[in-house]
Amino acid sequence: MNASPVILRTENLVRTLTTEALPVTLIRGASVDIRTHEFTAIKGPSGSGKSSLLYLLGLLDAPTSGRIFIDDFDITDYNQKRTAQIRLEQMGFVFQFHFLLPEFSSVENVMMPMRRLGKLNDREIRKRAIEKLDRLGLADHLDKLPSQLSGGQRQRVAIARALANDPRMIFADEPTGNLDSESSKTVQGILKDLAHQDGCAVVAVTHDPEFAKNCDRIITVVDGQIVS
Amino acid sequence: MRLLVFIALKHLLARKRQSLVSLMGIILGVAFFLGISSIMQGSEEDFIKRLVDNSPHITISDEYREPRIQPAEKVYQNSLVSIRNVTPLTETRGLRGYEKILNELRSTPGLLASPVLAGQGIITYAGQEKAITLSGMIPEEIDAVSTIRNYMVEGSLDRLFGNPDGILIGINLAKDLSLSLNDMIAVVAPSGDVKHFKILGIFKTGRGGYDRGQGFIHLKRAQTLFNKPNRINSILVKLDDPQLALSMSKDIENVIGYKAESWQEQSADLMNTLVIRNIIMYSVVSAVLIVAAFGIYNVISTVVMEKHRDIAILKSIGFQSEDIRRIFLIQGVLLGIAGNMVGIPMGIAMIKALSQIKFKPPGSSDIVYMPVSWGWEQFMIAASFALCASVLAAYLPARKGAQLMPVDVLRGGS
Repeated sequence: MNASPVILRTENLVRTLTTEALPVTLIRGASVDIRTHEFTAIKGPSGSGKSSLLYLLGLLDAPTSGRIFIDDFDITDYNQKRTAQIRLEQMGFVFQFHFLLPEFSSVENVMMPMRRLGKLNDREIRKRAIEKLDRLGLADHLDKLPSQLSGGQRQRVAIARALANDPRMIFADEPTGNLDSESSKTVQGILKDLAHQDGCAVVAVTHDPEFAKNCDRIITVVDGQIVS
Repeated sequence: MRLLVFIALKHLLARKRQSLVSLMGIILGVAFFLGISSIMQGSEEDFIKRLVDNSPHITISDEYREPRIQPAEKVYQNSLVSIRNVTPLTETRGLRGYEKILNELRSTPGLLASPVLAGQGIITYAGQEKAITLSGMIPEEIDAVSTIRNYMVEGSLDRLFGNPDGILIGINLAKDLSLSLNDMIAVVAPSGDVKHFKILGIFKTGRGGYDRGQGFIHLKRAQTLFNKPNRINSILVKLDDPQLALSMSKDIENVIGYKAESWQEQSADLMNTLVIRNIIMYSVVSAVLIVAAFGIYNVISTVVMEKHRDIAILKSIGFQSEDIRRIFLIQGVLLGIAGNMVGIPMGIAMIKALSQIKFKPPGSSDIVYMPVSWGWEQFMIAASFALCASVLAAYLPARKGAQLMPVDVLRGGS
């Protein structure tokens, strides 16, 4: 059934947080395959470690033990500099609190990853950023600051920014957690399109059963372990 | 890099008031630095200029720095010879072969030399007697080695040129003896000889002792008065570059053997005082800039604290730790540059204003302007110090920001 290729694979990931009092184990032995063209939901009760798993998959955090492969390359021991480069070129992130840079307009926010990558000139970057925003129905809000946008609009700007460098993987942490049901549906639809039409691997953390139902595959995390 | 500057600029502009306050710190720091260092530097230059201009740069006198080595010491070099009660050898004959020395000196480029025969005399007038130091000089050469012309208040130096029986005296002596221009006075030499001189000029240097006890006459007249025909006892030297005096005096002394003293040597204690004064001044003005640096540190660490989320986003997008550090370092640099760009013109205005201040030194009737210096070094020091302080102040918070892990923020936020 799963014809699409595996892009990201983990083996037995463990993440232990050393706090002053006691070491806390967030993830206990997670092995997952993430495929392109697939909309994967990670669900579980709060505190179960689903966000921690997402951060590990998105290379925002380093595992205590276990291995991570991208296209079958072991990248577990890559330093911060190299993982940052992978995030820049291949990954896009959408967070619950639609973290936009408050001083920058919508279009500047979307331009940011492209400018950091530095492969295009400024005019092309701006043109592409406008295309991305247009696709998400924000063509009228290019030069507005995040504070002038509604929650749903901000989340769509955040998605547009995640798409800036045409990533192969998109990671979303409760992308609809702060949105009303209307905006929530729109955002879900967009993420789904990205998986099915654009062929991205989309991974979203959620605790909303409705949201999870819409996804192609559900990974359930309980107490730091994948149960299904 | 352009992107990082762009982000840094946005961060600063987003909190205009804070940025402005810290900017004011640097601006005032730079301006005060310039203002203070300019008067200190100016007064020092003024002081040295007076010191240098009003005295010969090198004085060659008919003395030896070391007592002569006794023949017995020469013969028994490595044995214990102690010779006591050696009478000091004074060159009563003055500088031997001074014409040869003068010719040699005059052939050196950038150097003016003039012979002097100085001696003590007593002026008697209306039953009063006053001791006076008389410098016998060649009138046409006085300008080359002395600034006395600038201090003439009555008569003139030029009148001495054609008049071998003329004398220039100080204003205090003139007042003490109620003398005025063109009066005749009698001068008694230690030998008892008496000569009459006509007062052709009166000078006022502001130095009381000098204005009371100094007189200038023709060299030839001095030689006859002191009964030392064709002799001189010192040579005054002026240099184009007064700073060379120290090394030049050593060279001269090595060649001619007589003691040659530079102005630095003559006023070593004053030069020490100036060094101490400079140390005090620079520590005070540096303190101003250090305080300003704390302002910058404060602003940038606040920015870093407030920007934890932004740092997490930028890092999740794919910005390196190095990029983050640069963003905040650039903010320090921008504040430093902006501080200089406003602070330096402000400092210039301050120096301008200071240079307009007039005041009357106590005991003087002349109005003096505040001496200021426009030396480029102080601008360089102020600018680079402000820039370094800004960068250093930004460095610590920048490093902290760069070390921030995105997960730490995300965990706290969700």
